[in-house]
Amino acid sequence: MWKSLHIDPAKCTGCLQCEMACSYEHTGVFNPSKSRIKVFNFETEGRKVPYTCTQCTEAWCLNACPVDAIRVDLTTGAKMVFDDTCVGCKVCTISCPFGTINYNQDTGKVQKCDLCEGNPACAEACPTGAITYVDADWTGLDKMRAWAAKANTPTTA
Amino acid sequence: MGWNRKVLRVNLTAGTCTEEPLNMQWAQDYLGSRGLATKYLVSEIDPKVDPLSADNKMIMATGPLTGTMASTGGRYTVVTKGPLTGAIACSNSGGFFGAELKFAGWDMIIFEGKSPKPVYLYVENDKAELRDAGHLWGKSCWDTEETIKHELQDPLVRVSSIGVAGENQVLFACIVNDLHRAAGRSGVGAVMGSKNLKAVALRGTQGVSGIKDFRAFMKATTEAKKVLADNAVTGQGLPKYGTQVLMNVINEMGALPTRNHRDVQFEDAGKISAEAMHEKRESDGKPQLVTNAACFGCTIACGRISEIDKGHFTVKNSPKYWGASGGLEYEAAWALGAANGVGDLEALQYANLICNEQGMDPISFGATVGAVMELYDMGVITRDMLGIDAPFGSAEALAKMVEMTALGEGFGKEIGQGSKRLCTKFGHPELSMSVKGQEFPAYDSRGIQGMGLTYATSNRGACHLRSYTVASEVLGIPVKTDPLTTDGKPELVKAFQDATAVFDSAGICVFTSFAWTLADVQPQLDAACEGDWSMDKLNEVGERVWNMERMFNNAAGFTAKDDNLPPRLTTEPAKTGPAKGLVNGLAKMLPEYYQVRGWTPDGEPTAETRSRLGL
Repeated sequence: MWKSLHIDPAKCTGCLQCEMACSYEHTGVFNPSKSRIKVFNFETEGRKVPYTCTQCTEAWCLNACPVDAIRVDLTTGAKMVFDDTCVGCKVCTISCPFGTINYNQDTGKVQKCDLCEGNPACAEACPTGAITYVDADWTGLDKMRAWAAKANTPTTA
Repeated sequence: MGWNRKVLRVNLTAGTCTEEPLNMQWAQDYLGSRGLATKYLVSEIDPKVDPLSADNKMIMATGPLTGTMASTGGRYTVVTKGPLTGAIACSNSGGFFGAELKFAGWDMIIFEGKSPKPVYLYVENDKAELRDAGHLWGKSCWDTEETIKHELQDPLVRVSSIGVAGENQVLFACIVNDLHRAAGRSGVGAVMGSKNLKAVALRGTQGVSGIKDFRAFMKATTEAKKVLADNAVTGQGLPKYGTQVLMNVINEMGALPTRNHRDVQFEDAGKISAEAMHEKRESDGKPQLVTNAACFGCTIACGRISEIDKGHFTVKNSPKYWGASGGLEYEAAWALGAANGVGDLEALQYANLICNEQGMDPISFGATVGAVMELYDMGVITRDMLGIDAPFGSAEALAKMVEMTALGEGFGKEIGQGSKRLCTKFGHPELSMSVKGQEFPAYDSRGIQGMGLTYATSNRGACHLRSYTVASEVLGIPVKTDPLTTDGKPELVKAFQDATAVFDSAGICVFTSFAWTLADVQPQLDAACEGDWSMDKLNEVGERVWNMERMFNNAAGFTAKDDNLPPRLTTEPAKTGPAKGLVNGLAKMLPEYYQVRGWTPDGEPTAETRSRLGL
């Protein structure tokens, strides 16, 4: 069973623990500037939104790569960048409609969320449950439940 | 390890930025942030220096836990000699600026001299340069941040700046970072203004790699985060209600200073409380509070994001204030509200916004307004002088005075001098509710006795963040003590002062201490920092930092006489509530405190104490 990162912006406080955890997992250093998940702060609306790759099935990045450096991890469904193949041409960064694959000046390669081999560090570090890792087929479960709770089902005597 | 081992020295007179190694022996003795920056300051300036002269220095410093996954590890401290007090000034801020300084590869920035013209410092990793700020002078903190991000074409830059209040050297001007976090007290913004330094803009992409043992560090920080999450105050109370959770509690205790401390309970406390911020307004059906927010790395998230009522008289013609922005914390709500008898929550939020926008400490500003209103009530200050009627409770007067003070207009220039100078000028120095020239925060020491000693002995003038005995006397953390007696308070105050100095020096938020003791901090520091960081060593560092600050103040001319409270608190009994009939028992506590501290009856550390602490 594949899982998906599920993000609930209403629960995000903007603490950036996810960015630190992501960068630590991938570089061994606390460095939000190298994080593959990013929290956006819409100041005047009081909203904070964590954003990262959603692992598209027909992934634009994967299809655009001229050297086949992006491949699917069949265990997790993550679209993985293989550094030994990536030439840093950045075509994938242009093709991705969401901007969630990005170039890294330090490595000369692109980087994106790889779901941490099925144990995403961001979800683990999130203190409020704004980022969770759930059944890929049921990312809407909590919303469905919330609406179901509002359904008019009169009790019978 | 723990530290970047790198100091940026900025000489504003010469216009130079130079790198130097961090003194690692001092790092072992003073830890970081507050302690380490103070060690640098007291070693480099004359204690008698004029705080607003070029000879004063100003240091922005991080701690070893700043920029790490330790919860609340995003703090930085501004250390300088303060213009409001003439004592050591040490103001701490959250937000995201402190961590960015660490990510850029530095531990601290030392500013010295005075620039011949307005400048701002731009740091991009190893590169640091002073840039012209002529076009920024006269701008608010908010506009300054926006303009800098625009001209650098970098939305990810973190900015700390002064507003017009700092430029005008309002003696309680603060330094604002990330729009609404501030190094708030003692007038550190006026020092920055006196140096013609408008802002500091940072971009760091190097990250923090200097952790002694990453595996042990991740284990220690994860366990400590669980302690915060499981605690009722840090896990539930603060995220939901913010520090404002205290308004009704402190009012019921009869310790909510009201109308310049004439009263100890405020009849409208409920209207300006956390609960009121959650209630839907009649006018637009929305609550003032939009959401809570965290500073960098914080798993508590006590910050308030609020939206003012667009139809309120203060903002109905000013759309720029209509969006969500920094909301009322307890201290601001008290100082702008109860201290002046103002019960209009929207007016308080307006004053709060102006304080953030132009960089003023809402505590000292609000408390000074309280003094003005009392002098108005006595007929000493008149409508002619103010341009408005200013009885206690007037939201209109509060709104007008915050604008005048922030922009340096009319009587606002007098308010900008703080209550001590203002009350002295008008012949009533006894009406300034301050210690060493700095105004009280939101706890009346007749109803919480330990806070009287806290205020009287605080090294930066009246302050709750130097030994928050409220935790023990009100909330029972770590043990419950009776708020109405002086018994045991000298020991309690000393223990809180020393422990708080360690929290501040580590680079974490003192609010963690609602749930953490030093024993929770110790494993995190020990895993991050080279050397042996035992509990004994931490206790000694805390005591050393406190005594170092005290020795600086003594050398600056402060004596035991300055460890005092205004006569109102020691001679006028509380009129209502549980503390009715009580005054603060400072005279009993102070000599005992000196003894516990190992100080002479004149309040100076004895030779033995100094030698024990290596001072």
